[in-house]
Amino acid sequence: MPISIDSALGPMPEALVLRGRRSEVLASNLANADTPNFKARDFEFRAMMDKAQGEQLAMQTTKARHIAFEPDSGINGIPLRYRVPSQPALDGNTVDAQVEQAAFAENAVNYQATLTFLSGRIKGLMTALKGE
Amino acid sequence: MSLFKTFDIAGSAMSAQSVRLNTVASNLANAESVGATEATTYKARQPVFAAMLKAMHGESEAAGVRVLGIVENQEPLQQRYAPDNPLANEEGYVYLPNVNAVDEMVNMISASRSYQNNVEVLNTSKQMLLATLRLGQ
Repeated sequence: MPISIDSALGPMPEALVLRGRRSEVLASNLANADTPNFKARDFEFRAMMDKAQGEQLAMQTTKARHIAFEPDSGINGIPLRYRVPSQPALDGNTVDAQVEQAAFAENAVNYQATLTFLSGRIKGLMTALKGE
Repeated sequence: MSLFKTFDIAGSAMSAQSVRLNTVASNLANAESVGATEATTYKARQPVFAAMLKAMHGESEAAGVRVLGIVENQEPLQQRYAPDNPLANEEGYVYLPNVNAVDEMVNMISASRSYQNNVEVLNTSKQMLLATLRLGQ
């Protein structure tokens, strides 16, 4: 049975990278909470995770003039979406500091959780290697 | 490593907010600095923030903050009758700065809250990075 370290760690490494990216995007929202005309952005973790694992349902384009389902842009192919503001601001800024803080905290906890799962897998591998 | 970029982003925001706090301090300190002419009198200053799109990291869309510049408040100055003041003109008037203390206090509170927000972001990112370093131990 071939054993690959990549498959032994499961989807955790990709999840960790995506969580790191999301913390970057959310930090930039919080940093620009007072910048006029700045629009808050975010990306959907689930969709990106599916994409990273190659499980995304893609729409087939059979003609040259068909428009692809998901345009790739943003950070290394992560399409960022603008957040829908809950209330308008006079200076055109759409950052809601509370929403961003909550999202940042959630993302940090998820990052820690992924780390915990990952170190569990690593411990399991170590046990298997030692064979004690 | 995107978590290091988070440090840059939060750091840029903290420096921008401290510039804002500096202008508030300068405005409040000079709230009573009268002048002889309209041109030489102190005028309230405000920093202008802008997002640093793509300037910080080539491949990234995340943005820090930079201070585009400091603008002076263009509201007309008030005059006060003070014939004893050595700066007074022939009619006995001096010019007062157009600093609004209430505006400045609101600015100060907003800047200090934003600063604290970014310190929290920095702390959380630091903990996340340290936990990543301890991975597998």
